[in-house]
Amino acid sequence: MSPPVAPAGWSRWLVPPAALSVHLSIGQAYAWSVFKPPLESALGLSGTQSALPFQLAIVMLGLSAAFGGTLVERRGPRWAMTVALICFSSGFLISALGAASEQYWLIVLGYGFVGGIGLGIGYISPVSTLIKWFPDRPGMATGIAIMGFGGGALIASPWSAQMLESFGTDSSGIALAFLVHGLSYAVFMLLGVLLVRVPRGTGQGAAAPGGGGAPAVAGRAGAVEGVQVSARSAVRTPQFWCLWVILCMNVTAGIGILEKAAPMITDFFADSSTPVSATAAAGFVALLSAANMAGRIGWSSTSDLIGRKNVYRVYLGVGALMYALIALLGDTSKPLFVGCALVILSFYGGGFATIPAYLKDLFGSHQVGAVHGRLLTAWSTAGVLGPLIVNWIADRQEEAGKHGSALYSLSFFIMIGLLAIGFVANELVRPVHPRHHLPVPGKDADVRQRQQPESA
Amino acid sequence: MSDSDSSQSPPDRRGLIAFAWLWVGAPLAYGLYELVQRATQLFTG
Repeated sequence: MSPPVAPAGWSRWLVPPAALSVHLSIGQAYAWSVFKPPLESALGLSGTQSALPFQLAIVMLGLSAAFGGTLVERRGPRWAMTVALICFSSGFLISALGAASEQYWLIVLGYGFVGGIGLGIGYISPVSTLIKWFPDRPGMATGIAIMGFGGGALIASPWSAQMLESFGTDSSGIALAFLVHGLSYAVFMLLGVLLVRVPRGTGQGAAAPGGGGAPAVAGRAGAVEGVQVSARSAVRTPQFWCLWVILCMNVTAGIGILEKAAPMITDFFADSSTPVSATAAAGFVALLSAANMAGRIGWSSTSDLIGRKNVYRVYLGVGALMYALIALLGDTSKPLFVGCALVILSFYGGGFATIPAYLKDLFGSHQVGAVHGRLLTAWSTAGVLGPLIVNWIADRQEEAGKHGSALYSLSFFIMIGLLAIGFVANELVRPVHPRHHLPVPGKDADVRQRQQPESA
Repeated sequence: MSDSDSSQSPPDRRGLIAFAWLWVGAPLAYGLYELVQRATQLFTG
């Protein structure tokens, strides 16, 4: 499959919905918890067992994004979206078979392994293409797509719950729900496969024969300008590892709140005159999801105006300040606690959405999708680190007889430390050394010509 | 490029753009509606 080059008159505003159709679908992964209680009762599973498909899916997301990135760059976004569609939908269909036959290993294999590959390839599939279409606003463009990943759970959570209510929560009801999910997501993602195009003049577009003539609808869209670094060279630079630390620290800090949001707000105000009910705590979790999503599009668009380094200074510096406020004064005022948590979650989303544009600034758009894929291992690490810190410390504090906000104070100070490490890593980011740059064809030929002896 | 090629204006894609954004916007609006319903519980619950 050759990369689909945009025909004449193709609008770049068709590319974000193509990306969204994939990201809104694969974002379903965060709504897996809807299936957990029915699976536990229908198949007699423990909570740990029912979490297994999701955990394997997230591991596969990281691995397939890291190892499949170069292939995605070479084959183009349509190939990647097709692979994502096939894997993600097949994952549900295999799971449907597993639920119908009450073979849980099939659900783990289907949703976790096969579907997880779809998550990773789907996540990185539009990133490079969006950056090439929107060289003037890369933060906004990738922010739209990555916002979709957050939005996917918002759609899937009530939709899946309603479906299970209609079909029943026994094994055949779950199987039917998986089947409908697989087929619906296949149709929904098909829009992305059909609509996505690479702008003319990019590495991908140039390689495609008979690509037609897409005019410069986006001004300089498609022009590969400035410093270009291959994915293989990028991982050997200190800049890549600085960004890895930045992303890992920022995500860990966000997960620190997200992981235990409902019990946290309940514990913080348990001894106050107005304790937080379970319903209100659920509302708080929903509000955090909204902040996470708004941060993805809002902050990454802001980064186009104030610069990537500055926006990460805000995420990490102001984020640490917000954590300090919660740790020191959070239990004195509910609006203060909620406000600080919302800001932290908006930074969490913003950190995810801004990183592709930061990569583009440092390594160019040549293989930005592949570099981004490799960087997502920071997400997998943070996914383990964040919950581990908060849960382990809260359990130890509880054993020590503490309660209320005291359960979380130590983890909040650790989060401040992690954000400070991220802040320092951000300050250490410098332009990539020229020895890592790809040779510029014209300039290279010019140098070679000048190096030829006069007599030749 | 011949004269006949350059005189052809590119097809109008506004309908396709509207359809594509509606395709992704409608389910997202549903998700946001459900989210707002739950989020208000923080103040009412």
